[in-house]
Amino acid sequence: KIYEPEVHSDRRKWRMRSVSVDLNNDASLVIDIPDALCERDKVKFTVHTKTTLSSFQKPEFSVPRQHEDFIWLHDTIVETEEYAGFIIPPAPPKPDFEGPREKMHKLGEGESSMTKEEYAKMKQELEAEYLAVFKKTVQVHEVFLQRLSSHPMFRKDRNFQIFLEYDQDLSVRRKNAKEMFGGFFKNMVKSADEVLISGVKEVDEFFEQEKNFLLDYSIKIKDATAKAEKMTRSHKNVADDYNHISGALNNTAADNNTAFKNMCVLQKVEDRMASDQELKLTELLRYYTRDIQAAKDLLYRRARALADYENSNKALDKARLKGKDVAQAEENQKQCLQKFDKLSESGKKELTSFKARRVVAFRKNLIEMTELEIKHAKNSVSLLQGSIEILKSN
Amino acid sequence: MHECKCKRSLAGFSSVLFVVLSLVKVFLSQSPEAACLSAEDISPSSNGPRDDDPDDLFAGVDGGSVSGQSRPQSGRVRPLAGPDEEENRDTFDIQISVSDPEKVGDGMNAYMVYKVTTKTSLSIFSRDEVCVKRRFSDFLGLYSKLASKYMHMGYIVPPAPEKSIVGMTKVKVGKEDLSSVEFVEKRRSALERYLLRTVKHPALLKDPDVLQFLESSELPRAVSTQALSGAGILRMVNKAADAVNKMTIKMNESDAWFEEKQQQFENLDVQLRKLHASVESLVCHRKELSVNTASFAKSAAMLGNSEDHTALSRALSQLAEVEEKIDQLHQDQSYADFYLISELLGDYVRLITAVKGVFDQRMKAWAKWQDAQVMLQRKREAEAKLQYANKPDKLQQATDEIREWEGKVQQGERDFEQISKNIRREVGRFEKDRVKDFRVVIIKYLESLVHTQQQLIKYWEAFLPEAKAIA
Repeated sequence: KIYEPEVHSDRRKWRMRSVSVDLNNDASLVIDIPDALCERDKVKFTVHTKTTLSSFQKPEFSVPRQHEDFIWLHDTIVETEEYAGFIIPPAPPKPDFEGPREKMHKLGEGESSMTKEEYAKMKQELEAEYLAVFKKTVQVHEVFLQRLSSHPMFRKDRNFQIFLEYDQDLSVRRKNAKEMFGGFFKNMVKSADEVLISGVKEVDEFFEQEKNFLLDYSIKIKDATAKAEKMTRSHKNVADDYNHISGALNNTAADNNTAFKNMCVLQKVEDRMASDQELKLTELLRYYTRDIQAAKDLLYRRARALADYENSNKALDKARLKGKDVAQAEENQKQCLQKFDKLSESGKKELTSFKARRVVAFRKNLIEMTELEIKHAKNSVSLLQGSIEILKSN
Repeated sequence: MHECKCKRSLAGFSSVLFVVLSLVKVFLSQSPEAACLSAEDISPSSNGPRDDDPDDLFAGVDGGSVSGQSRPQSGRVRPLAGPDEEENRDTFDIQISVSDPEKVGDGMNAYMVYKVTTKTSLSIFSRDEVCVKRRFSDFLGLYSKLASKYMHMGYIVPPAPEKSIVGMTKVKVGKEDLSSVEFVEKRRSALERYLLRTVKHPALLKDPDVLQFLESSELPRAVSTQALSGAGILRMVNKAADAVNKMTIKMNESDAWFEEKQQQFENLDVQLRKLHASVESLVCHRKELSVNTASFAKSAAMLGNSEDHTALSRALSQLAEVEEKIDQLHQDQSYADFYLISELLGDYVRLITAVKGVFDQRMKAWAKWQDAQVMLQRKREAEAKLQYANKPDKLQQATDEIREWEGKVQQGERDFEQISKNIRREVGRFEKDRVKDFRVVIIKYLESLVHTQQQLIKYWEAFLPEAKAIA
């Protein structure tokens, strides 16, 4: 993706355009977020859709959406009973501009006490940080929509279509939905899943393995994400120190040698690329922590269906003993079994494709990260050797 | 060596290079315009000789023997070349190393003893190779002697390393932990640099106290070094600065060179201190980063163990290993090297203080001269008065006093001119040395960075097929 930032004179407005160079596999429904505008606390995403499906009114259209609209969409899908057997793509996290905002505050406060160069440098850093946060949040919101559009069932979801197409403000719908569901289901899932999932007496080998794997892996990946985040933050501190040092030097040195100046600029560019690339690893881990949770949620729903089925068996036995309401109990039991089988069948498919997806994503990111590291290191070697030559010849 | 792990940080590394190159920019420029850190106040003309042409270093100095100026005598037979050639000689026929720190005694009376080895072909030394044992207070004692002898003449005497109560106490108490080992190593290295700088100075090299320090097996214990730390001496000497500030007549600087240079050094002082503080903060943050990276590597290994896809699991474990290896490498590398740069900056912060002290000494000399002139004037006025009062014996006394003060005025003027000359020469030498010092350290650092990056490439290239093998 190519990002072109555009900063308005009022520093609190930031816009970023992106040109997607990714190839979407299925041309029948292509979604991307080409544009995002950040104004004070709110981010407005432009959701752009190109489709050949007849269920949509137009072949190409764009709508403005807020982060809350994405959450609404995610929640309605989670609440939909039909989708119980699917892994629901995790909701994108709220855009977090806390870091850049702090910096902007510092910049505003310290403006009078800084030299022109220091101020310009800090402003540059600030813009870069905003850009980084932007990239992340656009990417994660985009991926959410693309997961939906590439899933055979979700792409047909009515609310998804509304989200993509409805050219009015969604906030009215959002309020209604909240009143209806109140997030009850979601909360239940969160608190009970561990216990229920591990309590299941699993007959199916596949699910037994998946259960053990997911429970353990979710802990490990959460930990790895936290450590990666800490590492990234330390990294930023170190890079900040370097920037302060070089800024001070730059202010004072009379520049006789343009070659040095060029090299310093190059280094700065590499610096940015390197930190972007490191975020790749952290971002990958963050995303899959959420995705693993979504997979666990599926297991939870299946476990609940199993519990329901077992209860219905008990009820049927009781009914048979008592000789009362047997037909009803039989019907109930049949339905529970159906539901459980359906969940198991689609769950198996989902979990298998989930593993494949995870492996592909890790592979892609690890390869890209490694190739970038090698590239940076090779660049650095040639730059360093050039500098050494110059110094030795002086 | 303890397990230091630090994230191989490309961002960090690239920024390092950026910093280093900027350092290079500042410190390698030979011309005064570049060396001068404030672009203002460069007057193209000054009364005295110019120092911008390194070959012309001694253009303003009277040729031949000038009192106080000395040249290192080479062991080889050499025609007595002009001063330039001697000073510009790259190879210096003396090597000094400080090594083998040894703890002597126990408890709070314990102290460290260092072996000082001098290898030289210079004839002023009695032997080719000498080894002596010295303790820290001996170094301080040497510095205090040299400062009191030479500073008032305008010589830049390299300051000794700082005392450190905390550091030493740990060592005395016998803590064998990492920080006391580091402390001793830091001190050993600082003492070595101190001696090397001292003998690089042509006058100090010939000084009998220096020779005694390097050569004699027994050295009289330096007394009152509690009071006489390097900084303490400088503070004492720099009391001249207070005297200067209290001067009622502001010095009429007829030589713009001195004004320029003083301003330069003021600026350099501020910049170096800021820089030194930033570099120290960096070293601290890097430690943090290494700790966090090590824990990430462990976490990644655990994740790899948990991963049920075999190829991905293997790749994740490999990733964790690579990260550890790289961090070890980078930590060894950049921590030690920043140590070098941080220490170098610290040395120069202290050296600049010495330089400023020398300028203040010149002002003191000027003040003394001016005072003598004022005194002379008074005596003359007194004599004139006595002429009319007709008191022959008092008149004689007055005449004698006039003669005495005329002598003092002349001496004052001579001293002032001498110290001015010395300072010009010293500053020129200092700036050359500074440039060389920084260049050497920076080249060393860059070469080690190249090595690190080449290792990095090796590790990542080994990992790439593992990542690609995930299927």
